[in-house]
Amino acid sequence: MLSLIILLPLAAAAGLAVLRRLPDGAARTVFALAAVAEVVLTAAVWLGYSRSGSSSLAYEERLRWIPNVGSSYHLGVDGLSLPLLVLTAVIFLACAVYDWKARDRARSRAALFLFLEATCMGLFAAQDLILFFLFFDLSIVGMYFVIAGWGHGDRARSALKFFLYTFLGSLALLVGFIGLYLASDPHTFDIPELAAADALRGNPAGGFVLAAILVGLAVKTPVVPFHTWLPPAHTDAPASGSAVLAGVLLKMGAYGFVRIAMPLLPDSWRAWAPVIITVGVVSVLYGALVALAQSDLKRMIAYTSVNHMGYIVLALGAAGAAGGTASAVRATAVTGAVTQMVSHGLITGALFLLAGVLQDRAGTYDMGAFGGLAGPAPRYAGFFAVAAFASLGLPGFSGFIAEFQVFAGSIGVVPVVAVALPGIVITAALFLRALQRVFTGPAKGRTKGFGDLRPVEMLSAGGLLVLSALVGLLPGPLLGTIAPAADAVIALARW
Amino acid sequence: MSALLVLLILLPALAGGLLCLAGRRADRAAPAVGVAVSGLVLALAAAAAATRPVFSAPFMAGAAFGLGVDDLSGPILPVVAAVTVLVLIFAAAAGTADPARFHGLMLLFSSAVLITLTATSLPALLFAWEIMGAVSYALIGFRWRDVHRVGSGLTAFVTTRTADLGLYLAAGAALAGGGSLALADLPGLDGGWRDAAAAGILVAALGKAAQLPFSFWLSRAMEGPSTVSALLHSAAMVAMGGYLLLRIQPLLAATGWGATTAAWVGAGTAVLLGVAALGQQDLKQLLAASTSAQLGFVVLAAGVGNVAGGAAHLMAHAATKAGLFLAAGAWLAALGTKKLPALRGAARRWPVIGASFTVAALSLAGIAPLSLWATKDDVLAAALEASPFLYTAGLVGAVLSAAYAGKAVAMVWRPLPADAASAYDTEERGTRRISPWQTVPVLLLAAGAAVAGLLVFGPVAQALGSGLRAGPEPGPLELALSAGLAVAVLALLWRYPERFRSKSAADWFGLERAAQAVVVRPVLAAAGSLARFDDRVLDRGVDAAARLTVLAAGRAAKTDAVVDGTAEAVARGIRSAGRQARRPQTGLIHQYYAQAALLIAGAVVLLVLVR
Repeated sequence: MLSLIILLPLAAAAGLAVLRRLPDGAARTVFALAAVAEVVLTAAVWLGYSRSGSSSLAYEERLRWIPNVGSSYHLGVDGLSLPLLVLTAVIFLACAVYDWKARDRARSRAALFLFLEATCMGLFAAQDLILFFLFFDLSIVGMYFVIAGWGHGDRARSALKFFLYTFLGSLALLVGFIGLYLASDPHTFDIPELAAADALRGNPAGGFVLAAILVGLAVKTPVVPFHTWLPPAHTDAPASGSAVLAGVLLKMGAYGFVRIAMPLLPDSWRAWAPVIITVGVVSVLYGALVALAQSDLKRMIAYTSVNHMGYIVLALGAAGAAGGTASAVRATAVTGAVTQMVSHGLITGALFLLAGVLQDRAGTYDMGAFGGLAGPAPRYAGFFAVAAFASLGLPGFSGFIAEFQVFAGSIGVVPVVAVALPGIVITAALFLRALQRVFTGPAKGRTKGFGDLRPVEMLSAGGLLVLSALVGLLPGPLLGTIAPAADAVIALARW
Repeated sequence: MSALLVLLILLPALAGGLLCLAGRRADRAAPAVGVAVSGLVLALAAAAAATRPVFSAPFMAGAAFGLGVDDLSGPILPVVAAVTVLVLIFAAAAGTADPARFHGLMLLFSSAVLITLTATSLPALLFAWEIMGAVSYALIGFRWRDVHRVGSGLTAFVTTRTADLGLYLAAGAALAGGGSLALADLPGLDGGWRDAAAAGILVAALGKAAQLPFSFWLSRAMEGPSTVSALLHSAAMVAMGGYLLLRIQPLLAATGWGATTAAWVGAGTAVLLGVAALGQQDLKQLLAASTSAQLGFVVLAAGVGNVAGGAAHLMAHAATKAGLFLAAGAWLAALGTKKLPALRGAARRWPVIGASFTVAALSLAGIAPLSLWATKDDVLAAALEASPFLYTAGLVGAVLSAAYAGKAVAMVWRPLPADAASAYDTEERGTRRISPWQTVPVLLLAAGAAVAGLLVFGPVAQALGSGLRAGPEPGPLELALSAGLAVAVLALLWRYPERFRSKSAADWFGLERAAQAVVVRPVLAAAGSLARFDDRVLDRGVDAAARLTVLAAGRAAKTDAVVDGTAEAVARGIRSAGRQARRPQTGLIHQYYAQAALLIAGAVVLLVLVR
């Protein structure tokens, strides 16, 4: 089943790449159909998983791959990865819908996006470090071509910066993986086996291995100070590329923390917890403050991603911090962090799709170029306002569920993380300021003749926001999947 | 019975959400829908108050979404619901821009208030608490073409949300200190966690209740429609801040310092904002400052442990202030102004509204036997028991209430000046008419303001006080003293309504400017410098690292050329040596002999020399 989820978009991508005569309309249809199929398949897996009531690895597949280094084609899902698989499928479907009217080389664009979808699915299903690394790097390659090929502005430079920076990060990651491999006996890259062995417990080398992995993941997440590739990449990427980058690719870093760094090196994680928490807190406040000072809407949203991903790092760091806190409180922080991954994907995905409308209609993201946009584009104003409030953590949307648990759990373990709370207020202020500048007041600048949202734009961004609201109002099903896995992470770590 | 509670909350939420989604298409139906739904909600709220339903659903890990109606929320529910109906009837009669958006937001708001009132767990409370804030942002900035109104909404939302952070802190403390997020379990938290929870909730409640030092947002909130103020800034949102403190009174009392802080902040706000109200030249600003001051009595009640008295004051104030705001709104819409000097004669022109306004204002002034006189004295009796200084501060607050209420009444009953019209239409184009359906709600609210004193004296008081912690009964001397003072001050103000002038009071003591200077500007400056740091140091650092790499690559390429050149030179040397070595190979035998002879001779010489 998982192989099908990975191979289906890959096959569709290959088909699109080979069939050079295919008309654009057919290519778009293939993309959309494959994206729908992925949503159905991942939803079926989720349904099957929650029916089974299991909280361990399920839907496992394991084939010999590179046996001489102990690496196998090992797939499997649990409560940490399933929500992200479904999120990936949903984001790509939203992009397929959003780009329904896109004219620019639709066939190769669809092929590239399907290839990207396959790498994302593969990464979240991988249970082997080499496999994880493979998909990690392939996703970087795919995104490079999306930005360089379909972006705008200084796209070649931004794409190159994105590629080199994150690729360099992935090398650090590889060094860490090799460290894990060398420490294990018998040597293996298998994630569950490494977690069970916990070979580096009490070994000072564990700290260095974790440092390498942390740097690699920190670049991709990204956290301060490794985030500077993000704003240009987002600013120059096409809207759907930004949605995938923020919605799915950033999650790879955050997911790596909770899938690899924490369970494989719990001892070193605890030792490094103060550093991790500090980086999280700094990312929260720094990301929010720098976002507050932006005048380019898309750059602003990019910096709020630094802020939002900071909550994840903060919570995971706090969950591992020393102290006699009940494991239920630690698990709450982890649950909040994973919820935040899903939530940020949905909300920021929607925000980037909506930001793309500005570029499409007026050719700029500069907030100063607009004013009173609610007049000619009331639907756009409404959608953007809803997305902004969702992003600032308004209850009723997924962000609140995530942030409430992140803070309640983290403060419960490490009270001092309360210093990151102002991040919530700064985010509120920056989104409301943006709303005020762009949408209210008298019409000015490029507002005149601005076309309101089209059906595909409403459907794609609106769909993501509806899902966010669903999670926000009825978090039960999502948390019911995540929470047992979070408990398992905490139990496995034996803190 | 939990279905009743769910229906009570979902009905306005769904109706409001649908109206907002439908937008313009629902404009015609919206006022009717708003009134009908809020009417149904009133019936449901009354039923809920009678049957006391409880509801709980799993929400987040270890935290249920708990709702329930108890002795405290029971009586308040129908009061808030009733004010909502009357306000929406007024709004339907007065007409608003974008009716679907307006009535939709108002219904969403009322749903959030109903959840806040009935919340029994922190997640449920915070959930509704922040939605109230967000909807109030949308309502204050309702006329979005005026940037300053949207900016006022921003100020209100960001200020109250800053205070709301306390609730997140409290949730963390509750989780760590005991594991239960139920509000009723908070007093049992371990040690320091209990103090953290109390501090967090106290700050959040003070922010929402527009107490010092947060009060300024309420001044800005007056840029919203008057109907919004009539609901949000009398019965609902601001009142919920006071309500929350009444709800967690056991927690405040358990910490000791929490109760004392609440009592003094409440008393201080009653005095200072009372002065601010007296200094206003704008009717809505006067009413807003008065709301802060009156909520001060509720906060004081929570601090001194008189929950029943605080609840009674909250309800009486809700009816009173809603009526006053609606009257102010009616005049604003009719005359286009809310400046007190320009409103001279307004009460004479519309005597029913004028009379209703007067009754409500006299209640606000604390004139016996109207409601706020009774409820306030009930609160003050508990304050007297706690500390004579608190009582004195409260009494000063009461005298100030009489003063600013008297000022407002005196102004609107002054004779209509000959050139009255010249002062009209300064803020909007007035319609010069007030419809009967605008008058009826004001009349009913004034009636409520008059008789709500029964909440403290009489049969209703018995029911209300059933399970609530009450303070001591106010003595006849104190009741007479406060009533006498109120009448005296009122008479004074009737004679000299414009005598008291203070720029700083009119400006709410510069609280907003202080917040701008101490918080907003430093944060913006920090944001600006960090953004520059990000661009000029971090980002350029990365770029410089990349350039350095390219530079190093260039150097490496040069070194590589040297290495390569050396290798080639060596090769050239070997090739020429080879060429040299080929030269003796001539193929002529006599030359070979000669070479052999030379070689042997050389070998002999070498042998001789070496030996």
